[in-house]
Amino acid sequence: MENNIRDTHLKNQSKEPIIETKGLSVFYNNRLAIRDINIAIEPNKITAIIGPSGCGKSTLLRTFNRMNDLIPGARVEGKILYNGIDINQKALDPVGLRRHIGMVFQKPNPFPKSIYDNVAFGPRINHYTGNMDELVETSLRQAALWDEVKDKLKESGLALSGGQQQRLCIARALATQPDLILMDEPASALDPVATQRIEELMIELKEKYTIIIVTHNMQQAGRASDNTAFMSLDRENIEARIGILVEYGKTEQLFTNPRNKETEDYITGRFG
Amino acid sequence: MQAKKSGQSEHSKLLLSEDSRRREGLIAFIFKAAAVLTILVTIGIIVSLLSETIGFFARPEVSLWKFLTGTRWQPLSSKPSPENFGILPLVGGTLLVAGVAALLAVPVGLGTAIFLSEYATEKLRKIIKPVLEILAGVPSVVYGFFAISFITPIIKTVFEGWLGLKVMYFNALSAGLVVGIMIIPMIASVSEDAMRAVPRSLREGAFALGATRFEVAIKVVTPAALSGIVAAFILAISRAIGETMAVSIAAGSTPNMTLNPLKSVQTLTAFIVQVSFGDAAAGSINSQSIYAVGMTLFVMTFVMNLISDLVLRKFREVYE
Repeated sequence: MENNIRDTHLKNQSKEPIIETKGLSVFYNNRLAIRDINIAIEPNKITAIIGPSGCGKSTLLRTFNRMNDLIPGARVEGKILYNGIDINQKALDPVGLRRHIGMVFQKPNPFPKSIYDNVAFGPRINHYTGNMDELVETSLRQAALWDEVKDKLKESGLALSGGQQQRLCIARALATQPDLILMDEPASALDPVATQRIEELMIELKEKYTIIIVTHNMQQAGRASDNTAFMSLDRENIEARIGILVEYGKTEQLFTNPRNKETEDYITGRFG
Repeated sequence: MQAKKSGQSEHSKLLLSEDSRRREGLIAFIFKAAAVLTILVTIGIIVSLLSETIGFFARPEVSLWKFLTGTRWQPLSSKPSPENFGILPLVGGTLLVAGVAALLAVPVGLGTAIFLSEYATEKLRKIIKPVLEILAGVPSVVYGFFAISFITPIIKTVFEGWLGLKVMYFNALSAGLVVGIMIIPMIASVSEDAMRAVPRSLREGAFALGATRFEVAIKVVTPAALSGIVAAFILAISRAIGETMAVSIAAGSTPNMTLNPLKSVQTLTAFIVQVSFGDAAAGSINSQSIYAVGMTLFVMTFVMNLISDLVLRKFREVYE
């Protein structure tokens, strides 16, 4: 089991980006939301996407597993390559894609089912044939939740605390054995202690997984990520509220020595 | 007033005048009276039902045991005896009609609800929902005539013409199908409301795990909305049990102890209609018998509600 996961991830040890966008724009009902994003995500790294509210961070994140398909009127232009495959081509099955790319949401959203059934949900719809008990345990261990819930797997996932619920959602995502995990402000609804646990967990997980995290919290980006992308609204046409990628680089470099004035202003707290 | 005395005139607005306090009190009293009236009416119905029912069972011609277990219902026969007051044919007729109705309405209603809540575009939903509500607003006597003028001939053609089975003109199948059609909008509409109340975040969570639209609908939304869906079923089946007009027209008025939906049956409600329209004298055994039948109906729907409560407590997936 453990070995299996490792094997599938060895492929990604090369320096090829796991996700790469080329001239990516997203429209909602023909209104441009983000424009011309070019970004390459390194495998087995944590990439943080930061920026002020409404600049399209979540929109960008949701293009990677085609969650925007679910929003009526959403349209994507440009290319998104996932391990070199164009994920917006007609032949691509978004359902299959989402089985390779896990997602954790802003508000913990465990299903109103038992802890066990929450974790087993993904594998079950994937017709997983291995030992389900083992997979559930492994996933919960990886999400650092096992010790807290091992005696109450039959209890509702909603009986857990907020932080535990979010780790349950992470375990649920891990159970489908993805190679990429998208996190959309996963700690914004949690208290500082629970937040710290999630951050520690992310750092443990990056050995095996690639993580992209959208966050409002700059300290969080600074602490936990390897690379940071700073997005903001296009200043030349501020009324249109179009999100653009301002700067992207190593977190250390971006935080200590930003190339762009706007990045610096944002990081030092002068706006946003 | 006190404010003036203590000289804090700027805070005087905080104190209610005698008048407005009295007005508030009156308003509260009116609402309370409305609530009490409702309760009194309910109690009144139960008391009148109960007293006539007790009067019925106190008669020497009937026995409670024979009433509950007897399979012959001939209350209008010239010589009343306990053997002629067995409720089971009426209960059986009622359940047969309600069962046929449920077999049609539960899958179609639930399917409609899933379609509306999970598949249909907002535009389409805005067209279909009002149509459903129109269907729910058609008077039941119209459904009754629809049954005998449209459904019954089709049943005759199919079962008698093609399959060679004997079909009575008034039959439980026709009545059940038309009652089913009547309760589809209720099941669809109430279930759909329950499904739309399931938070979007749960659907997103499932989609993100690679669930198809169908898997999201069946494995996440339906279980999460189950309490509302079961409530819709119970409500609709209670309505089917209590439905009177369409059933009286389509199912006939022959108390029949049968599971064959092609035969004529009499339901509890149809019997009450039959006797009410006749000229049974007040206090006579016939007039009292309809109270006993009414009581049976009341107990049946009450038990249905209890069962639904139990079901809900056991299977409910609380999402908040």
